[in-house]
Amino acid sequence: MAVEVRIPTILRTYTGGEKAVSGQGATLAELIDDVEGRHPGLKARIVDATPSATNLRRFVNVYVNDEDVRFSGGLSSPVSDGDVVVVLPAVAGGSR
Amino acid sequence: MLRISQTLVDGMVAHARADHPDEACGVIAGPEGSDTPVRLIPMINADRSPTFFRFDPSEQLAVAKQMWDDDEEIVVVYHSHTATEAYPSRTDVSYAAEPQAHYVLVSTAESGREPGPVSVRSYRIVDGTVTEEEIELVADVADVLDPE
Repeated sequence: MAVEVRIPTILRTYTGGEKAVSGQGATLAELIDDVEGRHPGLKARIVDATPSATNLRRFVNVYVNDEDVRFSGGLSSPVSDGDVVVVLPAVAGGSR
Repeated sequence: MLRISQTLVDGMVAHARADHPDEACGVIAGPEGSDTPVRLIPMINADRSPTFFRFDPSEQLAVAKQMWDDDEEIVVVYHSHTATEAYPSRTDVSYAAEPQAHYVLVSTAESGREPGPVSVRSYRIVDGTVTEEEIELVADVADVLDPE
């Protein structure tokens, strides 16, 4: 068992075109590090790492089992075998 | 080039008019890899603003899961400008994250909620570069798949 991570079209260049990849970890941060090991470059498109903090990028929404992690612990959200993580680009814009 | 049925164009325009003066937004899904828009999905503008739009993250997840289950992808991302022309703003370009999608802009600046002239234009937005493309009206996909 593992955690399924669904990859949006724009990031499939990092997964060889795969729509979903699997990974392991106890938290979302560990899962992303695990996936990064096989698909280098992916992590930088999902998280924003500065010397003082690591956060989800502003333009990305991440859901663990349908829960938007912005409201449930962010990168420290727990994950476990059989969970489904969905990554979606935020869709927004405006006339200004 | 965007090939799309008049019914779908009318659907986007009707949504844009209904939400005027706020910006309206949504997607049109189609079979993966087909570049054919089939299913109009009007979405909530979580910002309910005349100058900004944002998909509601939980509605977007529900739509994405449905498309995943049906082997569909986003073919068109559309939104309206209600006081300016149907051309992508800098904000639109900075958020554009669907390289396979046609970005359709509907401007209701001229007629607002009333019948009258509207402008509908389509673009590709890849790596921050905007390229306008032609819109070719084609027969309804439903008619093609299921001619009656």
